[in-house]
Amino acid sequence: MSSTAKHTTLELHGHHDDHGHHKETFITKYIFSQDHKMIAKQFLVTGIVMAVIGMVLSILFRIQLGWPEKSFPILEAFLGKWAEGGRIKPEFYLALVTIHGTIMVFFVLTTGLSGTFSNLLIPLQLGARDMASPFLNMLSYWLFFISSLIMVGAFFVESGPASAGWTIYPPLSALPTAISGSGLGMTLWLISMVLFIASSLIGSLNYISTVLNMRTKGMDMWKMPLTIWAFFLTAVLGVLSFPVLVAGVVLLIFDRSFGTSFYLSDIVLQGQVLPNEGGSPILFQHLFWFLGHPEVYIIIMPALGITSEVIATNSRKPIFGYHAMVYSLIGIAILSFIVWGHHMFVTGMNPFLGGVFMITTLIIAVPSAVKTFNYLATLWRGNLRFTPAMLFGIGLVSFFISGGLTGVFLGNAALDIPLHDTYFVVAHFHLVMGSAAIFGMLCGVYHWFPKMFGRMMDDKLGYLHFWVTFIGAYLVFFPMHFMGLDGVPRRYYAFTEFAFMKEWLTVNKFISWAAIIAALGQVAFLYNFFHSMFFGKKAVQNPWGSNTMEWTTPVEHLHGNWPGEIPTVYRWPYDYSKPGHHEDFIPQTVPFSETMSSNLPHDFEGNVEAERIQQEWVKTHQAEKV
Amino acid sequence: MAQLNIEETKTNLKAKKFLMWLFLVSSFIYFAGLTSGFIVYTAGSANRGIKTILPEEFMYSTAAIILSSLTMHLAVRAGKGLRFGSQQLFLALTFVLGIVFFVIQWKAWNVLASRGIMFSFNKNASQSFVYVFVWSHLAHILAGLGLIVGAMLGRVRNIAQIRNVFRLEITSIFWHFIDILWIYLYVFLLLNQ
Repeated sequence: MSSTAKHTTLELHGHHDDHGHHKETFITKYIFSQDHKMIAKQFLVTGIVMAVIGMVLSILFRIQLGWPEKSFPILEAFLGKWAEGGRIKPEFYLALVTIHGTIMVFFVLTTGLSGTFSNLLIPLQLGARDMASPFLNMLSYWLFFISSLIMVGAFFVESGPASAGWTIYPPLSALPTAISGSGLGMTLWLISMVLFIASSLIGSLNYISTVLNMRTKGMDMWKMPLTIWAFFLTAVLGVLSFPVLVAGVVLLIFDRSFGTSFYLSDIVLQGQVLPNEGGSPILFQHLFWFLGHPEVYIIIMPALGITSEVIATNSRKPIFGYHAMVYSLIGIAILSFIVWGHHMFVTGMNPFLGGVFMITTLIIAVPSAVKTFNYLATLWRGNLRFTPAMLFGIGLVSFFISGGLTGVFLGNAALDIPLHDTYFVVAHFHLVMGSAAIFGMLCGVYHWFPKMFGRMMDDKLGYLHFWVTFIGAYLVFFPMHFMGLDGVPRRYYAFTEFAFMKEWLTVNKFISWAAIIAALGQVAFLYNFFHSMFFGKKAVQNPWGSNTMEWTTPVEHLHGNWPGEIPTVYRWPYDYSKPGHHEDFIPQTVPFSETMSSNLPHDFEGNVEAERIQQEWVKTHQAEKV
Repeated sequence: MAQLNIEETKTNLKAKKFLMWLFLVSSFIYFAGLTSGFIVYTAGSANRGIKTILPEEFMYSTAAIILSSLTMHLAVRAGKGLRFGSQQLFLALTFVLGIVFFVIQWKAWNVLASRGIMFSFNKNASQSFVYVFVWSHLAHILAGLGLIVGAMLGRVRNIAQIRNVFRLEITSIFWHFIDILWIYLYVFLLLNQ
């Protein structure tokens, strides 16, 4: 074949691609969509549904904890044999705790958060027409959807869902006959998680490749918004840590179903000695937490990125310490791989090794504190606009501080001896990664809702939602610190049997009321979200006066995002309230030649010619003034 | 306009090729997780460890897969030089060598089993680990065979050369990776036998 022939084929092919997108049916547009914006919305709606399910589960076990001796006939009506006589059964309580944890950690805060905002913002903020592979992107969503169905479907099997805790430690999870939840429910949990990991990995690969290869002209890495840095590093963490969980889960599946003994040894089950010998359950903990710890940063980092963007925009100030923010994200990402041992201080770990893990853990406080101070410094003397998104962003900072402080206690190998497996831990992680991350996610929803649906959410309902949730979350989780300090263990079904725990019953009742009220507060959000989707006020192109590129696209969604050529980027994303400019924001796509009155010497990054032109302009301009 | 399309296709193919490299990273991490698990487990007690000499079949299979990497390389060269006949031939050869690898490994398990080294109900899970390594790797071989078939079919359907080369490159990156991966696993096992 000659080179001319080669050329012709290419042209024909390019042409074919051009026309491929025109025919859109309902199915290709809303169901099997390959458009990143639609996929983002699919992730968001699925994530919200999963969050509601996870929340309802938590209310169910809060009812048990608050009123352990009372019977609620309505529960039996809904849950049947799992709440005979109107009281939740102990087995079901364990299942509730397990699935609540799994859904919240993986389905809401990993995929609901990253899946939504990475998909929406990576192409839009970087100036790409779509993801590196739109097909794999679609596949990622549908694997996630199927895995969600299986996870929730486990509630409908005879023996109930998995009940070994979201960390599914063997041997409990490895022996199908150990408890009812270790039977079919556990198998479904494993299948669901394998699909989930596949979905999450495919997503992460796509995000990384898009960020590295598909940025528009002028968008070098140091001009990327902090959101993109956060999504990028989150995806890197996912690629490096999820495969290790796969390794751990594969061995667990072999132990469950193929008679191997990777994790099993010396077990007597219901009076029978099991043949499995020689295994080590600690091995699973190592494999699990090698993922598990980066996982908590997979959850919090996108939330931190979203908040950076929203706080800078609504403070009308450049983000304080952009480079420091990026380096602290990188620092957190690297450190997250060498701290997993702090989840295992009390497994008989060598105290020297414990000391090493303790030091690496405490070092994480440094980049985290850098981020916190930078948020505060950005807010300081800003021209604050308290939009609902901004409130949720500030809420994240609050939770990140109050929850992060207790991390210093738990990261200490000696203090962890009395504190581990108590409510102190529950309080710590629900504040620092639970509440903080969900606030980051809600912050993102309120901020980018106009971009996603072309309409605005209602502010008043947003404020109501914020205050109920913010106060509710503190009322729920703050008292738990004191329970934990008193030694009240987590995951217990009831605290009625031990004299020293009885005094905490009233506190539990208080927490349950706070949880119920906070949960009701979410109705304001759900109504606002779904109602505004159809009946909200029409959004303008750039409602928040923001600098990033997604606001340069038309309000009506197009396949390919920009109608003509993709705009070029000239400046960093945080030129807010720049002295000398007539507006308090300058989008990234505005060249310096159009903002001569506000340019500063360091804007030109050492470009001598540009500096000369600028100086000349300043001279003539001053002469004109005189 | 046509030129622009080619440019966009090219950057997009570059991004897609990068996806493959990233996948290799995550796949390697999976094996790193398994082998570290092996090390942590085996170090736990003197009763653990492979405790046998690896069957020599593993060595033959290594030869087969190294040879297949060579034919894969030749296929890519042929494809880029527009010699499509030899491209298909070398792809087919690579495919066959992949199958040969599979069969020889099968024999190796039989040898292990005949020595009483079983996957299930083995008190020394270090030995079960050998099977997990090999099977996980074979799953990758299956995926690689799928890619080879995809590349051959693409040529049969006469897809554009830029896409033909893309498929070839994707396939060869993956195939060389599973070759190197096997060598890593084999050396790892040899050092621990």
